[in-house]
Formats: sequence, C-alpha cells, structure tokens
Amino acid sequence: MVMIFGVPAPLLLGQILLGLINGAFYAMLSLGLAVIFGMLNIINFAHGALFMTGAFVAWMLLHYAGIGFYPALVLVPLIVGALGVLLERTIIAPLYKIDPIYGLLLTFGVALVIEGLFRNGYGSAGLPYEIPASLSGGAQLGFMFLPTYRGFVVLAAAIVCFATWVTIEKTRLGATLRAATENALLVRAFGVNVPRMITFTFAGGVALAGFAGVLAAPIYTVNPDMGENFIIVVFAVVVIGGMGSILGSIVTGFALGVIQGLTSVFYPEGANMVIFLVMAFVLLVLPRGLFGKVA
Amino acid sequence: MMISRRSLIGSAALAATLPRAAARAAAPGIKLGVLTDMSGTYSAETGKGSLTCTQQAVSEFMAAHPGFAVEVISADHQNKPDVGATLARQWFDRDGVDVIVDVPTSSVALAVNTVVKEKNKVFLVSGAATPDLTGKQCSPNTLHWTYDTYMLGRSTGEAMVKSGGDTWYFITADYVFGHDLQDSTTLFIKQGGGKVLGASAYPFPATTDFSSYLVRAKASGAKVIGLANAGTDTQNCVKQAHEFDIVSGQTRLAALLMVITDVHALTLQASHGLVLTESFYWDLNDRTRAFTKRVLAKMPNGFYPNMIQAGCYSATLHYLKAAAAMGAAAAKASGAAVVERMKKMPVEDDVFGATTIRDDGRHLVPAYLFQVKTPAESKGPWDYYTLVATTSGAEAAPPVASEHCALIKS
Repeated sequence: MVMIFGVPAPLLLGQILLGLINGAFYAMLSLGLAVIFGMLNIINFAHGALFMTGAFVAWMLLHYAGIGFYPALVLVPLIVGALGVLLERTIIAPLYKIDPIYGLLLTFGVALVIEGLFRNGYGSAGLPYEIPASLSGGAQLGFMFLPTYRGFVVLAAAIVCFATWVTIEKTRLGATLRAATENALLVRAFGVNVPRMITFTFAGGVALAGFAGVLAAPIYTVNPDMGENFIIVVFAVVVIGGMGSILGSIVTGFALGVIQGLTSVFYPEGANMVIFLVMAFVLLVLPRGLFGKVA
Repeated sequence: MMISRRSLIGSAALAATLPRAAARAAAPGIKLGVLTDMSGTYSAETGKGSLTCTQQAVSEFMAAHPGFAVEVISADHQNKPDVGATLARQWFDRDGVDVIVDVPTSSVALAVNTVVKEKNKVFLVSGAATPDLTGKQCSPNTLHWTYDTYMLGRSTGEAMVKSGGDTWYFITADYVFGHDLQDSTTLFIKQGGGKVLGASAYPFPATTDFSSYLVRAKASGAKVIGLANAGTDTQNCVKQAHEFDIVSGQTRLAALLMVITDVHALTLQASHGLVLTESFYWDLNDRTRAFTKRVLAKMPNGFYPNMIQAGCYSATLHYLKAAAAMGAAAAKASGAAVVERMKKMPVEDDVFGATTIRDDGRHLVPAYLFQVKTPAESKGPWDYYTLVATTSGAEAAPPVASEHCALIKS
C-alpha cells in the first residue's frame, strides 16, 4: 500500500475529500457573511441561527406540507431571505450609522432568540430529515465510499459560490452594489434606490445561509445547535480569507475544510483547533487576511 | 348586620383550611433540585424528561403522605462542570435544596459530587456514567442509581466479542465519560480475547461531522466500531455510518451508550439491528408498563421514558421513603444519614422492581442487552427493543474497590 507520511494513501485521499465536503459548508456560510459584511459593514452573528432556521424550515415544509427536498432548495432560501428582509428593515437598518459593534451585539442577541425559540418549540434532540431517494446510495471510489448526496453538496455549493461571485464581481447589478458601498450618496444621485438594494443584499446573504441549511439537513440531525457549531469556524474562515472578500471566503472555506480533514488523520484531538491556529498565524503575518484589500 | 348564608358558608370553609395551612407552613419541607442538561447534547435523554419523572415520584409520594411537603426545582448546567458546581452551591447556600437529582455528563457530576459532600446533602445520580462516583470519588452522600460505563462495557462489549466482533476501533468523546466508557469496554474486549486496534478522540461537545473518524475507523479493518459517546453525537455517528456505507462486510457498530430516545430520533430505519444496553425499558414487564402509563401524558413531546429518566423517578421515590421514615427535620439535617438509611432499606418500585444498594453507593440494577427491531418487527409506537440477554445487578456493577473507596472497610 502506498504510504504518505506513514499514513496509507487511501486514508489520506479520503480525508481530503471529506474535507472538501465540510469546506463546502464553510464556503457557503462564509460567503453569505462576507457579502453582508463587505456591502453593509454588518457583522452578522445571526448567520448560524439563520442557517439552522433554513434546516428547520426544510423539515417543516416536509413535515407539515409534504414538500420535498428539491422544492425546498428553492423555497427555503426565499423564506429565510424574507425573514432577512424583515430583520434588516425592522431592527438592523437603524444601526447603520453607529459603531458596527452594535450590529454585532444585536445580531448575536437575535441568534440567541432564534435558537431559543426553536429549542423551546422542538427540543434539542435532533429531528430526522431523510436524504432524498434520488440522491441516496453512493459510489465506491477505490479509496473510499462517496455517498452520492455528499458529492451533490460539493457540486451545489461550488455552483452557488461561483454564481454569487459572478453576480457581484462581473455583472452590472454587482457593479452598482459595489459602487453603493463606496459612495452611497453618489449612487443615489443616479436614481438608484440604495436602501432597497441594501435590504436585498442582506436578504441574499442570509438566503445563502438558508440554502446551506437545506443542504445540511440530511447530513446532520436538524437541531437548534447546528448553527452554533458552525458559526465560530465560519467567522475564522472569513477572517482568514479577508473580511468582506468574496473570493477569499470561497477559497478559504474549501481550503480550511481540507486542512481540518488532514488534521483529523494525524491528530484528531486538534481537528477543531487547527482552524484557529491558522487564523492566528494569518493575522500575525497578513493582518488583512489572505485576500483582504489594502485600504 | 346581615350575613348572607353564602358568605357564612364561605368563611366557614375558609376557616376550616386555616389550621391545615398553618401546619403545612410549620413542617420543614424537602426540596429537590433536578440539575440536568436542559438544552444541549444530552437534553433529550435527560432534561425535562428527568424533571417530569422526578415530579412524578414526588406527586405519587405526596398522595400517599399528605402531611409531607416536597418541592422540586430544576436548572440547566449546560454540560459545564463550573456551571454545575456553582448552581449546586447556590441551591444549598441560598435556596435550601436538600437533594440534587440526575446530573448527566460525568465531568459535571464529579464537580457536583464534591460540593454535595462538603455541604452534607444528598446526590442521586441517574444521568452520569462514570464509575468513579462509587470508586475513587465515592462519597457517603452519593448514590449512583441507574447505570455506569462498567455496566455498558460489560453488557454490550462482552456480547459483541462473543458474537465474533473481536477487533475494535473506538470513536470517543474526548472527556472523562468517553474515556471511561472506552476503558471499561476495552477491559471486556481483552477478557474475551479481543483486540483494540485504535481510537479517535474527538472534541466534545463541538463536533457534528463524524465522517472522517468513521472513515478512519473503517480503514483500520476493525470488525467493531465502538461509539464511546452519547446523545446527539451517537445519533450523528449512526446516521453518518449508514451514509458512508461503513456498516458493510464485516464491520459492525456498537453504540455503547444509547437509550430509547436516541432510537426514536434516529428512526428504526437507521438504527435497526444495533445492540445496546439499558437498565429499564417501558415494555419490560407489567410494572414498567404501569409506570410508563402513569407518567407518559406528562412527558415532554410525549416521549417514552428511558432508563435515565425512569431512574430519577426510582431514586427520588426511595429517597422520600427514607426521609419520611426519619422525619423531614432529621433528613434535612444530615444528607449522609439519609443515604445511610437508604442503603439499609430494601428498594422497591415499578421501574427496577426489588433491588439493593451497595455500601459504596452503587444501586444494583440488572443490565438488559437489547437489539433494536426492524420497522417490520415493530408492532406499535415505541415498540423498539427485543431483549437479548440479562446481566444481574451484582455482575453489572464494577467490583467493590476497597483500595479506591474509603466507604468500604476492608
């Protein structure tokens, strides 16, 4: 058997692939965060809770309305996005003019409220959500068994991430959006409804979290803590990638997933710590993150 | 002066209640505190269900002893030892609590154990699993009621080795409980002539994706993957093991601590065929069915009680019997005295039947090895288990360790 660093090659390859799957979630979540931070300058601590809400809404659609996985992939981001509009219009918008720390505290509180509501309503035992029949099963790759669904997650995440990047960096809408963050007054002078655009940017960011929530529902048991487990890592991803950098958060998300997967081969106890070691190192060497823009 | 007949009757009725109310206020009440995981990894297996079962014991007892005042309060220790110890201290110093019940999560239970001993109160452990509570850390104030890792290792571990599972790989929650469970099981694997090929300790409680540990375990070539964890961690492991086709060929899973609540969350589809150990199952006999029927309507989400929750009922009931025999004032004065009394009295209830308590504080209950039914075998709601084997209470408890526990006079 081929050995790499004293570890059988199949095991190592397997872990790299698993890392990519985890990385897909890191990428999708940190992307939403980066969009919101980059455009609105709000550190959205409720992102994990909205991700969890996405998973719960998918479960509710199936459980109460019999709506399955594929329609949920479209409906849930819309519902979570609508929730985002409500949040942004009612409580977040008034905070734009003051220190971002208030936004952080507010969204942190919102996260606690949302999690508390779900915990109260559904308990913290996991609710099962089955993998759709058409995506069950898997393929033997030689070095490991890849469940079809996990492959689908990586693919879906890659497509969504790419589409978001294209929208913001390459389209006219994205250009207007970026201009509005640079100089809102000037863009308004051209007749663009900037507040509405900001609302929809926020909604778009949290819709990404909702989408990730649907994808996560069949993998993890749907429970109120699922967002909390992700959010800290995801913040580390955003910091490493460079606050607000779209490309940075996508690349870093996938890369950190792989690093974490490799760590769990060599030193499982350090799997959760390694991300923060990387973060500390990056902050020391490149305080703006890997892809951060120089002001 | 006009006094209507109605107000006269009313005031007479009021007067009739007065002396009784006064007598009630004078009698010192017993206060129980259910300290448990209300919101985390283990909350479905313990949590509100443990509180409900404790309250059930209290209400049944008070129906039989109307003059005896008992109050139950509860709190969430968040699986953090420091939070648990602080709450215990507050309860004893400020709120007049006499007994702490349940306390899942071994690390928290060990912290609370110290506080209870220092304050000379009573600790009825149902949720925690570490055998240290009746070993190295044994205390004259503590009774370990429902199960421990020794029992789980012996019952599940031995059975797996006997049926051909002689090489193991552990996926272990990286704290005292996980390591205890792994060690206890390893003992019986080695006794049965088996071998442990490796183990992955994962960070607790922040891990939700176990695929990398499972793939690694499979790659080790072990016939049994031992899950030395509990609660949603175990659920996720079982679910992901199915997804990654880990349970194929020779490889089997051993869920070393799994209760009926977990089986329900996983569904029979995902959990059938697993073997697990509990000391209580609602459908074991007429008495367990009777108990379940009484408590079911009050259980959160209509979930059937598992061994930990039923254990809270049993322990509380026995405590109240001892406290009533001594008198509430004497029971409040010394926790160690009540525990001493509890050890001497025969234990008798619908949950465990007739049982005894050992000098080191271990309540001796039989361990039942169950196999989870297939969806086709299950005849009704929560009809999940087939009984495979029974280990007697004395055999399911760790050997009395006179060198470890000072309560045992050698």
